[in-house]
Amino acid sequence: MANLNINIGKLQLKNPVMTASGTFGYGSEYSDFIDISRIGGIIVKGTTIRARQGNPYPRMAETCSGMLNAVGLQNKGVDYFINHIYPTVKDIDTNIIVNVSGSTIEEYVETAEKLNSLVNIPAIELNISCPNVKEGGMAFGTNCLSAAQVVREVRRAYKKELIVKLSPNVTDISEIALAVEAEGADSVSLINTLLGMAIDAEKRKPVLSTITGGLSGPAVKPIALRMVWQVAQAVRIPVIGLGGIMNAADAIEFMLAGASAIQIGTANFIDPTVTIKVIDGINDYLDRHKFKSVTDIIGALGDI
Amino acid sequence: MLDLILKENRVLSDQYNLLILTSDGKLPDILPGQFAEVRVDGSPSTFLRRPISIHYVDYKLNELWLLIQIKGDGTKRLATMKAGERLNLLFPLGNSFNDPSDMDANVLLVGGGCGVAPLLYLGAHLKNKGYKVNFLLGARTKVDLMELCEYERFGNVYTTTEDGSHGERGFVTQHSVLKDAPFDHYYTCGPTPMMKAVARQALKTKANCEVSLENTMACGIGACLCCVTDTTDGHVCVCTEGPVFNITKLKWQI
Repeated sequence: MANLNINIGKLQLKNPVMTASGTFGYGSEYSDFIDISRIGGIIVKGTTIRARQGNPYPRMAETCSGMLNAVGLQNKGVDYFINHIYPTVKDIDTNIIVNVSGSTIEEYVETAEKLNSLVNIPAIELNISCPNVKEGGMAFGTNCLSAAQVVREVRRAYKKELIVKLSPNVTDISEIALAVEAEGADSVSLINTLLGMAIDAEKRKPVLSTITGGLSGPAVKPIALRMVWQVAQAVRIPVIGLGGIMNAADAIEFMLAGASAIQIGTANFIDPTVTIKVIDGINDYLDRHKFKSVTDIIGALGDI
Repeated sequence: MLDLILKENRVLSDQYNLLILTSDGKLPDILPGQFAEVRVDGSPSTFLRRPISIHYVDYKLNELWLLIQIKGDGTKRLATMKAGERLNLLFPLGNSFNDPSDMDANVLLVGGGCGVAPLLYLGAHLKNKGYKVNFLLGARTKVDLMELCEYERFGNVYTTTEDGSHGERGFVTQHSVLKDAPFDHYYTCGPTPMMKAVARQALKTKANCEVSLENTMACGIGACLCCVTDTTDGHVCVCTEGPVFNITKLKWQI
C-alpha cells in the first residue's frame, strides 16, 4: 500500500483523485454507488452570485468518444448553497471545493467572499473558462490581462486555497497560467471543455440550443495531456490535470505529465463508481512499480 | 448498478426487439414509469449509456423486460445481443406514474411508437391495484403494434394505425374511444405532438394527465443537468424529477 496523500498548496488530499465540477452534483447524487468520502476532493457544481436557469434544452450532444454540453451554469446561487447545500456536505470526510463563476469581476469577488466564511470549504476553483455563458466565463480566461485582473481581485477577497480553472480555447495556455500564478493563484486546474459543435443533418439544424458547446470525454484527452505538460513546465504552483480521464492509466499519465492531482468528469456519467476504481488503480500501479508515494510519479518522465 | 443476464432476445419487427433480462439475485423493487441507464459495450461510437424505459417486470420469473427501438449504433448493438450475454444497468431510476385517487376512475393509457414501453408495466400495476385499465396504442402500421396479447392481459386494448392495417385508421388522438367515453385519468408516452394532443384532450375534459418524457440524457442521476425540461419550477432534470410529469407542471404550449 503506497502513500497516496498529496498536498496542493495548503490543501491536503488523502489521494490525488478529485471530481470535476458539473459532473458530480454535490456528491450525494453518487452516494448510492460509492463511499464518496474516499475521494480526495469533490468540486461541486459551478456556483454564481444569483440563481441561474442555464441554457434551454437541448444541452447535450453525444460525440465519438465524448460529449458536448451547453448546460450554462444552472445553479441556485451562492446563498442557496450556503443555506441548503453546505449543511448537508460540510461533515463529509473529504475536501469539498466550490467552483465559482460570474458575469463580472464583482460577481466573482462577491461569491468568493461569501464562501470564504465557510469553515469546511477549504478552497474554491475559479471558473474563468466556461464556454457556455454569454457574458463572463471563458471571456475572462482567454486573455492574459482579464485573467490576471479577475484573479487579482478574487485573491484580495478570498484567503483560502485558490485554484484557477483554465480554458483550452487559447493560443498559448502557459501564458494564461503564468498570468494567474503571478496574481496569487495557489494552483491551476486544466483543461475545461473545448469549444465544439454538432449538427443534425436530417433537420439541417445545430443540435445544441446554443449552437456551440463544450467537448469533454476521452476525445479531448491527448490535448489535455499536452496542455498539462506545457503548463507544468511553465509554472511553479501545482497543476491539477483533467480532460477525458476514464481510468487509472489515464490518471497516471496526467501525473507523469506533471499534474499533482487529477479530476474525473465525464467518466462519472458512464460509471458512477469510476473514482474509486481510479484510486485503487493508482495504488496498484505504485505498488507494481515499487513507488512508496504518489508524489514520486509527478512529472516523472525522466530525461525527454 | 447491476449486470443482468440476457435470457431471450425476441425480434418483434425489423425495428423493435424485446430484451428479456434476468438477474443472479432478486430484482430490486421497480415502480411503473421508471427507467434504466444501459451501458452498451461493443459499439465504439456509443459513448454514453442509453436511457430505456422498464417495459415490464415479472417478479415470479425474476425477469425485467426492455423494449428496444433500433435507432442508432447503440440500439443496433443491443438488438444483436445473444442469450447469456451480460448487460450493465443503472436502475431503477426516476420517479413513477401516480395512481388515480379514485378507484372507479376511468383510466386510459395512450402510447405511440416506442412510447408504449412504460405503459405495459403501468397497466399491470394498475390492474393489480384494482383499477379498470384501457390501452390506446398507435403505430404507423400493423407490424409495429407488438405483442398486443401482453396488454390484453391487463385491460381493453384499442389501436390505430396510420395506414389502417390494424384498428382505426389515423392517429391515436383521432380514435373514437376518446369521443365515446370520457376518461378521468390519462397516462401517455410517445412522440411529443401525440402527447400534446392527449394533454389537450385531458385539459378539455378537466381530466388528470401524466406524460413520460424522453429527453436526451447523460448521467441519469441528476448530476449533469443535461436533460432538463422547463416547468413551473424552472428547469428540472427529467432523469430525477421525471420522467413522469403532470401536464399542469410543464410549460407546454398545448
